[in-house]
Order: sequence, then structure tokens, then C-alpha cells
Amino acid sequence: MGVPISLTVNGKHVDREVEPRTLLVQFLREELELTGTHVGCDTSSCGACTIHLDGEAVKSCTILAVQADGAALVTIEGLGKDGELHPMQRAFHEQHALQCGYCTPGMIMSAAHLLERNPNPTEAEVRHGLEGNLCRCTGYQNIVEAVLAVVKG
Amino acid sequence: MATVETGRAGVGDSPLRKEDAPLIAGQGRFVDDLKLPGMAFAAFTRSPHAHATITRIDTSAAEAIEGVVAVYTSATLGIEGGVPCASNPTGETKQPKRPILAEGRVRMVGEPVALIVASSQAIARDAADAVVVDYDPLPVAIHPEKAMLPGAPQLHEIAPGNKCVTITHKTEGFDAVFDAAPVKVSLTIDNQRLVPVAIEPRAVLADWVTANDEVTLYTSTQVPHFVRTFVAAVLGVSEAKVRVIAPDVGGGFGSKLNVYAEEFAVAQASRLTGHPVKWIETRSEAMVSTIHGRDQLQHATLAADADGRVRALRIHMIQDVGAYLQLLTPTIAHLTVFMVPGLYDLPHVDITLDEIFTNTTPTDAYRGAGRPEATHMIERMMDRLADELGMDAAELRRKNFIPKAAFPYTSATGLSYDSGDYEPALDKALEMSDYSTFEARRAEARARGNYRGIGLSTWVEICGLAPSAVTKAIGVGAGGWESAILRIHPTGSATVITGSSAHGQGHETSWSQIVESELGIPFDQVEVIHGDTGYSPYGLGTYGSRSLAVGGIALFNTCEKVRDKAQLIAAHLLECAPGDLEWADGKWQVKGSPDKVKTIQELAYAAWAGDSMPAGVEPNLEATTFFEPPNFTFPFGTHVAEIEIDGETGKVTIERYTAVDDCGNVVNPMIVDGQVHGGIVQSIAQALFEEAVYDDSGQILTSSLVDYMIPAASELPRITSARTVTPSPTNPMGVKGIGEAGTIAATACVVNAAVDALSELGIRHLEMPLQPARVWQAIQDAKGKQ
Amino acid sequence: MIPEAFDYVRASSVDEALAAMAHGARPLAGGHSLVPALKLRLASEDTLVDIARVPGLAGISVDGSTLVIGATTRHHDVATSADVAAHATALAAAAGGVGDQMVRNRGTIGGSLAQNDPHGDLPAVMLALGAELVLRSASGTRTVAADDFFVDYYTTALADGELLTQIRIPGGQTQGAYAKFNRRAMDWAIVGAAVSKGADGWRVGLTGVGPVAVRAAGVEQALAAGASAADAAGKAGEGTAPQDGLDGSAEYKRHLACVMVRRALESAA
Repeated sequence: MGVPISLTVNGKHVDREVEPRTLLVQFLREELELTGTHVGCDTSSCGACTIHLDGEAVKSCTILAVQADGAALVTIEGLGKDGELHPMQRAFHEQHALQCGYCTPGMIMSAAHLLERNPNPTEAEVRHGLEGNLCRCTGYQNIVEAVLAVVKG
Repeated sequence: MATVETGRAGVGDSPLRKEDAPLIAGQGRFVDDLKLPGMAFAAFTRSPHAHATITRIDTSAAEAIEGVVAVYTSATLGIEGGVPCASNPTGETKQPKRPILAEGRVRMVGEPVALIVASSQAIARDAADAVVVDYDPLPVAIHPEKAMLPGAPQLHEIAPGNKCVTITHKTEGFDAVFDAAPVKVSLTIDNQRLVPVAIEPRAVLADWVTANDEVTLYTSTQVPHFVRTFVAAVLGVSEAKVRVIAPDVGGGFGSKLNVYAEEFAVAQASRLTGHPVKWIETRSEAMVSTIHGRDQLQHATLAADADGRVRALRIHMIQDVGAYLQLLTPTIAHLTVFMVPGLYDLPHVDITLDEIFTNTTPTDAYRGAGRPEATHMIERMMDRLADELGMDAAELRRKNFIPKAAFPYTSATGLSYDSGDYEPALDKALEMSDYSTFEARRAEARARGNYRGIGLSTWVEICGLAPSAVTKAIGVGAGGWESAILRIHPTGSATVITGSSAHGQGHETSWSQIVESELGIPFDQVEVIHGDTGYSPYGLGTYGSRSLAVGGIALFNTCEKVRDKAQLIAAHLLECAPGDLEWADGKWQVKGSPDKVKTIQELAYAAWAGDSMPAGVEPNLEATTFFEPPNFTFPFGTHVAEIEIDGETGKVTIERYTAVDDCGNVVNPMIVDGQVHGGIVQSIAQALFEEAVYDDSGQILTSSLVDYMIPAASELPRITSARTVTPSPTNPMGVKGIGEAGTIAATACVVNAAVDALSELGIRHLEMPLQPARVWQAIQDAKGKQ
Repeated sequence: MIPEAFDYVRASSVDEALAAMAHGARPLAGGHSLVPALKLRLASEDTLVDIARVPGLAGISVDGSTLVIGATTRHHDVATSADVAAHATALAAAAGGVGDQMVRNRGTIGGSLAQNDPHGDLPAVMLALGAELVLRSASGTRTVAADDFFVDYYTTALADGELLTQIRIPGGQTQGAYAKFNRRAMDWAIVGAAVSKGADGWRVGLTGVGPVAVRAAGVEQALAAGASAADAAGKAGEGTAPQDGLDGSAEYKRHLACVMVRRALESAA
């Protein structure tokens, strides 16, 4: 009953067989042991599971692993390049944009995508762009600061 | 910007957090990230009924599913004890047993009935759904005021009238003062039920090595030592054989200040099956299986003189405790009792608190834990009084503040407030919020068809839980001290082992700052370990804004011990009397001889080498401290919310939010600001968005994050914050605590602002959450009356 | 969190998809309505047929004076399409507000319409635009007007074995808007109003005021008779059947319908 899938994750080619009901986030966490992508809800509400699929931010809890066959995925583990943190990861650290850190990978992935779509957002646009990611610790203020810090460069 | 420009990372600086690096790189280690050899997965079959007798459980279909290792019910799990409650405020609190798995009867939706262990999470879920349970539904008690009435359905035989406990407190001479007061205002306030929703749901991984009967329990908790003690007691195993590890914990907010049925059940399942067993709570499960917060109804009357001096407050509080008691359930509303007077010189109170069982999820500590309920109430009452007297809300508060000279101040509920200077915080907040020019903004909004209002919350809280004599006196079955070990290594770096158990608060950073300041060991050379009972001395955990004011002080005192010992060694090496030495910048030096000096690193090496120790001094620089706080601490402040209500839809938008907080001395301003932001937003969420709603049959209607509305960045304002500094005399660092401040302060100013906005319509009160439909309806009703 | 087991097949053509559906398979496109329901075990399926990669099912084009949108076109692509902006302003606005950024990157227009959630944004927009929906089955192709497609609570005119493949919208509707009222940006609409001026005048669709999206006939007639936006919008509650709920009373929702219609008309003007 396994379905073969073949995809690229953080630049590496992956071939696996998966049960059709396997969610993409389960596949990443359990099969590939990329545990940086988290699960915070079961209704596609919290955004903790956000990754990039073919260059776009998606909620990996709402996609079946079989649907990602052939796709190129980037998770929080692969966001940085050449051993360097992505500017958004650095900004989250420098702006104290995380406390418990559980929503953080999804938030960073979402924020990074937001700036790819709109490199020069206003604060209101940043807040709106993060509408699909919940954080319970920071009150979002320093998350917004982090995104704006990346915009300023 | 948060970076340290000075290169220093001592107390008062804002070094960036050491916790961050793995968390931003996806290398955090939360319970669900852990894998063990042979690991199996647990899932629970839960009650769909709020109240029912179980007539039959058939596990055969579940057991027949390939991959199922075991299916347990209360009959086969083999645990006699129940979920512990460590709180008995009066000595007469009714503490009905809460079985680990239901024993013949369920009393709430979500109560665990059967436990499945299987080879995968998916199979465990399939099997949990395949357990057949026949129920005979019973009548339900959902609303506490109805549950108290004669004839209401009864939950527990030992608790007639569904009454858990009644707590009263009345000051001598209350009646005369209350009766004589010329002005009285009354409100009924419903502090609604909330769900904490840490973004990481609960998670447990139990690894019971049957060969030597040792168990390691990885669990997402704020209180690993409590978990160890109770797991040992309930499962009948030596506490020394139980190791509890809280790895990275994805938020708690009080919801993980508990020891849960699932922790016992999963540990026992590991013991019985011989497999490591992992259970990850789903969010849907969490909405009913993790404790809820608040749910306190208040009938209050405030009596005052005609000039606005408050004289006496009478309040009847009804706390919904839910179907069972969790770890501290009865204590939460008890904390409300203590904080009823707020920061006002209110000499008389008459308080009755009834705590009532209902067929709902148990309530317990949720960020603020009893104190937001008090602040919300007294701050609503003060606004109501100001309105009644036609006084300015700020001036009424100023008039009634406990004066600076009165500290330490004994409140009408018997607390001794350590220090306070309330007017500067008020003045600063009024200035920052442009309070004096607000009316122009109100008029401008009115011209656009909207209603704009401004509201204050002048707040005080009780922090630094807690002096052990007090916890005993209020019936909490644990002390309130905290612990720290400091170990200086031969090469001069240091390890701190703290009994606190951080889950986002930044202990590793702040504790390192304390060591840098006190011992001159650089921030980067300090490692902080927490959350592992295998390493750490007993610690009571992280909650109640206690970590710095109790656990931080334990570390501070440990630094002092180490420094004192280093002084003896330095004196020996420098061939002088200890009294000839002075401490500066991480060194002991002979007074007046700057060349005769030993750094802490040199002394650590010497202490390790051990060959030239003074007589009677043990080798090595290491010390342990258990700090018993002599009193609570009482942070305070003023928050100002300015809101606008869409006149057509009732939607409330926070336009400006100003917070001036005073938490005494500050170790890391960046972290304190972050705590303030987060606390305020959680409280704004209560004021505007969140409510756990049950229908009359006991089904929860807000059963997921679609219906239980946690706001995102898109719904929230930018917060402007500042501080005043009034050190606490309770501890040597002068610190107080900040974790809950925002949550305690914000609901009142948001609701006060909304009531202010609509006061022209004759509206005098609004219940939370201020959801658009409710606000619109209030506007329609008010217009209808006009 | 984990769905019940099912089989999965991927279709490479509409015919393959239809063949699988003839054996009871349920089509899966973006999955942003179906997967959440499967995860919560509110739904279970024997087989899913993945139509996301069927050539020709995704994409936006203009056919003469008709805007043509493939059923598996994602919300984000609809929201940012120049063709949609040029021909169906109301749809561009609404698609940009469905769910959140991540949902819009995966969810599809056809999936939303076939789901027909009573609080969904797009059914009301289809009504306002006078869209036609192209349905294919083993027995052929038929075109159903939006007015006839949204039948009842989560129920559409789609028959068993029938697949929504295309949305056809009369072009040139540059005067249009969608006004959505919700509590959080990510939420479903409590009430939403779509307005669009087509060849026959204004059409107005409402979501959240009953089991299924409806036309606001009273508003349309008033506008046709020359009423002001404010006066016409006052008729938006007529004939609606909203439910009392956690999100408000029926009376409140009827009121919101009037406010949202007026705001949409003002925004479109």
C-alpha cells in the first residue's frame, strides 16, 4: 500500500514509499527526522508547520506526502545557505522575536516567504502577511520588528 | 536594538539570548522530536459525553488491529491512585478522586476511558476509535450558578451541592463602614473561561526500563520535580528511580504547571508493555484534556465616600472548578481573594468565594492565575465609581493609591506589600498615552461614525511564589523555595543548575548575566542546565512570575557563597587576612595593592588543584543554595488602552496601547519587554477574542483553533512600553517578577476603554470577550432605551 | 490528526480522474478543504484521486469576452492575475483574502466552490459575477450557472462522478468588490458581500446569511431602479436565513449583510 515518492528536501534527493494518509509534516519529522518543522494544531490554523514547497510557503500539515511527489522542499533546517543563517533567522535572534521557540520555525518560513513576495512591506503589511501564524509568547511585536529589520537590511 | 553595545552582559544589560541558536535553526529538542529504540505510541479513547455511566467497554476490535500492542482500561491499567491535587485552602476542601482512566463513570467530555499502545500513531488512533464504549447519559451541571442550586445534577457523592470549597474573609468592622458609605456601585462581572493553548501541545515519552525498574519520563512540563514526586507516589516506585526531563518546552502559561492523567497512564503503559511509549496530544484533544483557565463570576459592590475615597468592598465570587481538581485548582481563585483590594488603600472587604464542580474540563492556573480576575474586577469597579461620581478615572485612582510612605503596607486581605510608588507609573503612562488630549480624538472618531474610548488599569500583583509558611497556611501541599547549584570548573567556566524550569523565559541568558555580574565569569563562559531531575536539586518549577525573584535569588546567593569561599582561598594564597581583601571586577585584591590580586579563574584552578587550600576549606568552587523567600513581591504599573469601535459592526480595534510597569530592578530589559508584550497580548486576547464555550449538554463548542480565536499579528496593536524602578526590599537583587504583569493588567484597560467609548449611550458595563456581535447588540439595546 | 487509511491515485487526465471517480474516488486538488476534514476524521474516503497535475485544469485565460479559470488554479494565482483584475475585480479582491498566505498558495478555486462552505468567500463572488461552472463526467460536459450550482449547506449541483473543471466569467466586470466581515484575518467570513456590475447591471452575492450563498435580489432591484448604494444596501437582509451562533445572532448577520453590501458598493464605485 506504500506509494513511491521522489522529491528534493533541502537540496537533497529523497526516494521513499509512504502510506497515502501520511501528512507531509509527518513525513518530514518521522521519516526524514527533520524535526524543526512543528505541529501546533490540527485545523491548519497555527502555521507552526510552515515550510517552502517549490518556493512558496505552505502548511505541511494540510498536504499529503504523496502530493509533494516531485516537489522541492525547504524546511527550517535548510533555509540558511552555505552554513550561514538566513537573514530572517538572524533577525529573529537579534530582535528577540522568539521565547519558547515552538512557533518560530514556521514563523520564520512564513516571514521569509512574505518578503520574497513583497520585499518592502509596511508594518501593516507584515502583520497582515503573518495572519496565518500563531505565537503565544511574544505578542508578535518583536516578530514584526525582526521582519522589518530584514527589510531595512 | 537588543545587542549589547558595551560588550558587557551583566545584570541590567540586554545580551541576546543563548537559548535562540538551536531554536531558529530547527534544532530544538521538544518531546515529540525524541525517538527511542522500540518506541510505541499511545492514544486515548475519550468520553464524548459530559456526564454518563459507562455500562460496557469492548476493546476486542481495537485489540484485533494489526500493530496494536495493548489496550488498557481502568480495570487493566493497574493504577489505584488518582490525579493529585495539592491544594486544600480551608482544610475542608472536597477532593474527589479523579481516576487516571474513567472508573465506571465519566464527568466531562474528553475524559480518558481507554489507552491504546500501538506501533504507530496512526494505528493507535485507529484503535482508539475502535474501542466500543456504551454510555448511559446522566443529567449535566454546566453553569456553576445553576449547579449550586438544590436539585441540580450532582457530580460527586462527597461534594453535596457540587460545592468544592467555600472561602470567606471579612474584616472586622466591615458592616458599619459599608452601611455608612454614601456611595455604592455594583457590577456583576463574568471573567470568562479560557483555554491556555501553548502552541506545543502536551507530550509525554516514558521509558521504563523494567530490568531495574527505572523510568525516565520526558514530558512537556513547567514542573519536572512535581511530576517525579507524584509519578513515584501514584505508580508506587521509588522517587530515586524516576527521572523526569523537560526538554525544550513549547510554552506553558500555567497549563503545564500540572501533573496529568496522561503522564501516569503513559508511564504505566511503558512499564506494562516494556516499550518506550510516546503520547502527543492533538490540539483537538488539548481543547478538553488540558486544564482551562479563569471562569469566575463576581458580584461586587464597592462603597465609597462622596469624594471618592474607597471604604469597603463586598464580593461574592463563584469559581467553576470543572469536573475534577487538578494540581492547584482550588488555590487559583483563592489568589483572587488575596488580591481583591488591588493597589488601593481599601480598608474593608467582605469576600465569599464558592468553588463549584461542573461537567466541564477542570480549571487551574492560567497566566496570572487568580490575579487577573482580581485586577479586572477592582479596575472595573473603580471606573464604575468614577463614572458614578463624575470624576476622572485617573484622579480617582490617584486619590486611593496606597501612599509611598505606607510601605510595607498590610492589605485588608492580610498581605504585606513590599514596596510601591504608584503615582510615577501613572503619570508616565498618562503622558505617554496623550491622555490629556484624548477628547479631541474621541470627537474625531465620532465624526466618522465610530466610538473611541480610553481606559486605565492601575495594577498590582503578587509574585515570587512563595514563602513556604504562607503556602502551608493557604493549604498548598508544597513549599515555595527554589534551588541553585553553581559549579566553577578548573578552567574558570561555570555551570549553573537551576531548579526553575524555563520554557521561553530566557533563564539561561538571565542566569548567566547574574553570574557575570556577581563573579566576573563572562556570560559566554556560563552554561545553565534546567528541567532535568537527574541533574538538578529539587526545584519547584517556573510559574507565578517566581523564577527570578526566587530561583534567581537562589543563584545570586550561591554566587555569594562561592565568592566568600574564593576570598578565603585568595587570602591564603596572597598571605593576608580575608578582611584585607576587596572584591572588584571578578578579582579579590589586597586593598591598596592592585598588583596583589587573584582572579576568580585563578582561584577556581587553585581550588581544583587543592594543594594549597587554607585549613578547613574543602577543595573546589561549588555551592548549592535553597532560597526561602521571606515575602512575596508586588510589581505594579499603569496600562492605558485607547480603542475604537466600528459604529456599524461593533468591532473593537485597539488603536494605542501604553504600558508602564515596575518590576523592581531589571536583569535583562530586552527579555522583560518581551514578557510584557506577550502578557499584554494574551490579555488583549481575553478581552477581545477568546472564550471557551460549552453548550447546555456539556459539549464544547470552541473545540479547535478555528472557533477558539487566538489573535494573530494582523489583529494586534504595537505596544509602547516603559518602566519605573522601585526595588523590592524582599530580596538582595531588588527584583520582583514580570511574566504575568501584562496578562494581569490588560483586560481591564481594554474593557474600561470600550465602556468609556460607549458611555454616551448609557452603557456601564460590557462582558468579555468584546466580540463584535456582543458590542453591536449592546449598542442596539442602549439606543433602544434612549 | 491522522486520517483514516485510504488509497491514492494520481490522474494525468480528466478522463483518468473521471474513471477513478466512477469507482467512488473523491477528487483531491489543493486539499485545503478535504485534508483537514480527513485529519479530524469528520470525513473518510476509500480512494482519493489527485487532480492537481492534470494538464489544462489550472490556469487563467481570456476567451473572447469570457474570463476562464481552471478549477485547480490556486487562490494566490487568481488574486494576482492581471486577467482576473481586468475582468473580475470582485474575485481578485476575494481570492486575496481567502484564509492566509499559506492557504492561498495551495487552496484552489474549484476546491472552494465544490466544498461550498456556507461561510466561504467564493460562492458569493460567483453569484455576483454571474459565473458559469463547467462540469465534466463520463457522460459528457455540462455548464451550470452559479445561480443553480450552490444548492444547499455544503451541497452543490455536482452529481456523483462529476468533476468541476472550469469557471467561466463574463468579462469586463471592473466595477466590483468584496467586503468581508470576520474577527481575524485568517477566518471564514461571518458575513461577506460580493458586488459586481455586469452587462445587466449590478449583481450582489452574500455569504454567511444562510445555509448557502445567495443573491441579494432586493438590493439588485433597488440599484436597477436607481437607488443610492446606502438605500439599496438596506435591503440586503431581506429573504436571508442566517443562524444564531457563536459569531452572532441572525439579526446581527442580517444587519452585517446591509453594512457589507454598502461598503462593497462604495468600494466598487
